[in-house]
Amino acid sequence: MSLNKEQVKEIAQLAKLSISDSEIEQSTIELNNILSLMAELGEIETDHVEPMSHPLDMSQRLREDVVSEADLSEEFQEIAPKTGKRHFLVPTVIE
Amino acid sequence: MAWETVIGLEIHSQLNTKSKIFSGASTEYGAEPNTQACAVDLGLPGVLPVLNKEAVNMALRFGLAVNAKINQRSIFARKNYFYPDLPKGYQISQFEIPIVGKGAIGISTKEGGAKMVGITRAHLEEDAGKSIHDLYEDYSAIDLNRAGTPLLEIVSEPDMRSAREAVAYAKKIHALVQYIGICDGNMQEGSFRCDANVSIRKKDTEELGTRTELKNINSFKFLEKAINIEIERQQDILEDGDTVVQETRLYDAEKDETRSMRTKEEANDYRYFPDPDLLPVDIENELLTEIKNSLPELPTEKKNRFVSEFGLSDYDAENLTAQKPLADYYEAMLNDGAEAKVSANWVMGELSAALNKNQIDVQDSPISAKELSELVKRIGDDTISGKIAKDVFKAMWEGNGRVDDIIQNQGLKQMTDVGAIEGIIDGIIANNSEQVEQFKAGNTKLLGYFVGQVMKVTQGKANPKQVNQILNDKLS
Amino acid sequence: MHTLSVAELSKSLKNKEFSSVELTQHYLDRISHSDLNAFITVTDDLALSQARAADAKLANGSGSVLTGIPFAHKDIFCTKGVKTSAGSKILDPFISPYDATVSHKLNIENLVMLGKTNCDEFAMGSSNENSFYGPVKNPWNKTMVPGGSSGGSAAAVAGRLTPFATGTDTGGSIRQPSSLCGITGIKPTYGRVSRYGMIAYASSLDQAGPLTQTAEDAALVLNAIAGFDEKDSTSALRDVPDYTKTLRDSIKGLKIGIPKEFFSEGLDSSVEKVITESIKEFETMGAKLQEISLPNSAYAIPTYYIVAPCECSSNLSRLDGVRYGYRCEDPKNMDDLYLRSRSEGFGDEVKRRIMIGTYALSAGYYDAYYLKAQKVRQLISEDFKKAFQNVDIIMGPVSPTTAFELGAIKDPVSMYLADIYTLSANLAGLPGMSIPAGFSNNLPVGLQMIGNYWSEEVLLNAAHQFQTQTDWHSVLPENI
Repeated sequence: MSLNKEQVKEIAQLAKLSISDSEIEQSTIELNNILSLMAELGEIETDHVEPMSHPLDMSQRLREDVVSEADLSEEFQEIAPKTGKRHFLVPTVIE
Repeated sequence: MAWETVIGLEIHSQLNTKSKIFSGASTEYGAEPNTQACAVDLGLPGVLPVLNKEAVNMALRFGLAVNAKINQRSIFARKNYFYPDLPKGYQISQFEIPIVGKGAIGISTKEGGAKMVGITRAHLEEDAGKSIHDLYEDYSAIDLNRAGTPLLEIVSEPDMRSAREAVAYAKKIHALVQYIGICDGNMQEGSFRCDANVSIRKKDTEELGTRTELKNINSFKFLEKAINIEIERQQDILEDGDTVVQETRLYDAEKDETRSMRTKEEANDYRYFPDPDLLPVDIENELLTEIKNSLPELPTEKKNRFVSEFGLSDYDAENLTAQKPLADYYEAMLNDGAEAKVSANWVMGELSAALNKNQIDVQDSPISAKELSELVKRIGDDTISGKIAKDVFKAMWEGNGRVDDIIQNQGLKQMTDVGAIEGIIDGIIANNSEQVEQFKAGNTKLLGYFVGQVMKVTQGKANPKQVNQILNDKLS
Repeated sequence: MHTLSVAELSKSLKNKEFSSVELTQHYLDRISHSDLNAFITVTDDLALSQARAADAKLANGSGSVLTGIPFAHKDIFCTKGVKTSAGSKILDPFISPYDATVSHKLNIENLVMLGKTNCDEFAMGSSNENSFYGPVKNPWNKTMVPGGSSGGSAAAVAGRLTPFATGTDTGGSIRQPSSLCGITGIKPTYGRVSRYGMIAYASSLDQAGPLTQTAEDAALVLNAIAGFDEKDSTSALRDVPDYTKTLRDSIKGLKIGIPKEFFSEGLDSSVEKVITESIKEFETMGAKLQEISLPNSAYAIPTYYIVAPCECSSNLSRLDGVRYGYRCEDPKNMDDLYLRSRSEGFGDEVKRRIMIGTYALSAGYYDAYYLKAQKVRQLISEDFKKAFQNVDIIMGPVSPTTAFELGAIKDPVSMYLADIYTLSANLAGLPGMSIPAGFSNNLPVGLQMIGNYWSEEVLLNAAHQFQTQTDWHSVLPENI
């Protein structure tokens, strides 16, 4: 499997990264080089292997339903790029 | 051409936990913007989710209430997409293995009768925040208080064949989640949201047509309208020989139309994968047994009991049990000694009408179950007539005191003194000799006239039964 | 003072040979005169005030063994009120409003934070050249890389700019720079140290640990930072032993497995010689050597370079310029805000991994890449499970080479290949360690030790015993 420039553009859009036309050539080559590393996995027989999502065989721990968090909105708003009165602001989103 | 409609619903039910599904921030509705969004809800770098036990228990309550298969090992997955009110750039949801698997629930409609609607699955996920577009010029405002509120997404099979059935199903689920205490059901505040997948196909064909997903529906009335509008729209398209586009459409209640929502050329590719920050959720048998035993009487069970125990009709029992608060109100009246059928009539009649008219939930009714039961009892013990009772009800609604005080103060107590009623009747007979003769000549319809005269003189307070009896005695 | 280990400094502080303030000032002076570029942020004022608080505790005898000890945090641990950049432009404006659990644990023992160390952007890299704040120099040879991604931490410890530093290890990011800088570093079992507040690269692989001068110091620091954390669902609810207690135990009879796959082609022959000799030293000390096989470890690179990018592509989505961090100038609309903030904010390697991960998770490719990698991951960890039925510890090289020239490796794939020996411990979730084992061309070589789950004390014990017999760990770079 190897990627063409169009696919690279689509992936970039999905990942919200912009790739300029001058970069696309190089990016495509690099990504295909990396993907060629992955090809050898195809050699391995894994039909009856359980996929491993976690290194440890543990169950999810559940927390009690208790409100434990104080209102830190002022501190959080302080580090935001743009805020209004208590809101985070972004350019108008048209639905 | 004859078309058949196929509808499936996706219901997002906000679980009424105190804290969020993955953080300790409060879920209370209506707080100042962003004051209930903690570091985890904001998706600050480095923060991690920890699952709320109560959210899991609530999902299990639902699963057991619809006799669904419970997946005793379920997995949380990330649904990846960018949106400004989705703080992490992904929503934590369940994908391949949801906590609740296949189940079913019974519905009934006048046209379609009784049927079972399949539930495909119900999974836990986190709600997103809110984007507000009309608050600042040139900016959308993001409020993340809602972000992380636990949701149970209940997905039905495409088993409904009309908007009515879809509404019946939605109402049934709406009643159920409130019965089992997992959701407040408030559609205005968005605690209970319905998306409808609608398609049509030629009658007697198997293959499903292309569906559209209707969003932004915040009442049962709009659900019915939106579906019907969409069915018509799809029929027009197909009958013109065109094809329906699979897309999400927004229902606009003001214009009463649906319109295409996503114009993005890019198809959504959510790139689901197991969330590495969360481990598999394992449910022990003991917990399932415990939750099963703690489930309250469910709507269908309650309805059947109302029929057998109180002698109500199926119809009345169904109506009374549709909403748990109403059923509770009704049962409280009975526990207080009110008669079952008269109580049922009052709850479904005067009380429901007044609540609807004033848009008040039964829990907030100005007349308590105990007070209404007193009123019903005063009818039963002949203190007042049913007709007078309606006036008393109005006075109670307006806050003019308790039943007996109103009856006392307004002098509404029924006249039961036989001697006094006889005296009044004697006077009327004496003053209406012509009518008396006609009656005696066989025009028995005139009895009503005499009763009317008596009520006029007594201002409706004479006991109608006694009046009838005395009149019959005196005129025969 | 700066040549003393944490254990030695702790005694000196207790004996009032010098105060924490004096010690802290000494390190701050060293940092200010250093040209290693090991620090992104130096927190002078904070450090001195923490040192004063520590001195007060030491004066009334209420301090712990680490009270008053200066240290540096990899700039990937959130530290309240202090810039936490993860080596990235996108977090350059980010002043963390909260403390990571590891930071909190060190704070309550009154340690003194000197500052935040440089690292590869979001811990992605093996040379520390992927930092927005520029590359770090190796104290042994300033034209060489220190390794990565915890390169700033490793260089700072090796250059004695701090007694110890914290690091994170997703595919070798503690062990490899420790090896290249000639210091001791341990990556504990996944789940041993809380990940809360550690900026995530690949959540199922990331694990925090200390970079120190000695195994004894590593035990002391691990004692402080290990343990269950209710804020991290993947942290293990199990007791943490006192790692210093077993350091002095004899390693007679310790069964050491030598995986033949770790000595295949690609391993620099002079590195191989150092490793083989150091393993012989263990034999002299009474350990038993045994050749083992980890047949699937050859697939660690493709497996890791699918799993880690998939997880990071999702983990880094939160860096969107909405709530914190860098936002591009004058965004025209929401998409513009996303695209420019992220493209201007992330460096090339981070973008590459996001792209790979996004692709590997996308519809139609998930099974071939992500799912396949998760299955091979299972096979890799089964290899270890089998091996640990017969051996107590596995030993081999950390890295196929010693430190390489800054700028020498430009091709991403060549850089990835250098991670061959470290990745599998992360994929399996096992504890791994690097200890100084000798030199090749005047550059340090690290010996890797991989232990069974939750057997950090076995690694630390073996490492400490080795360090009682050898002095590779106390050799200093020139002019220190």
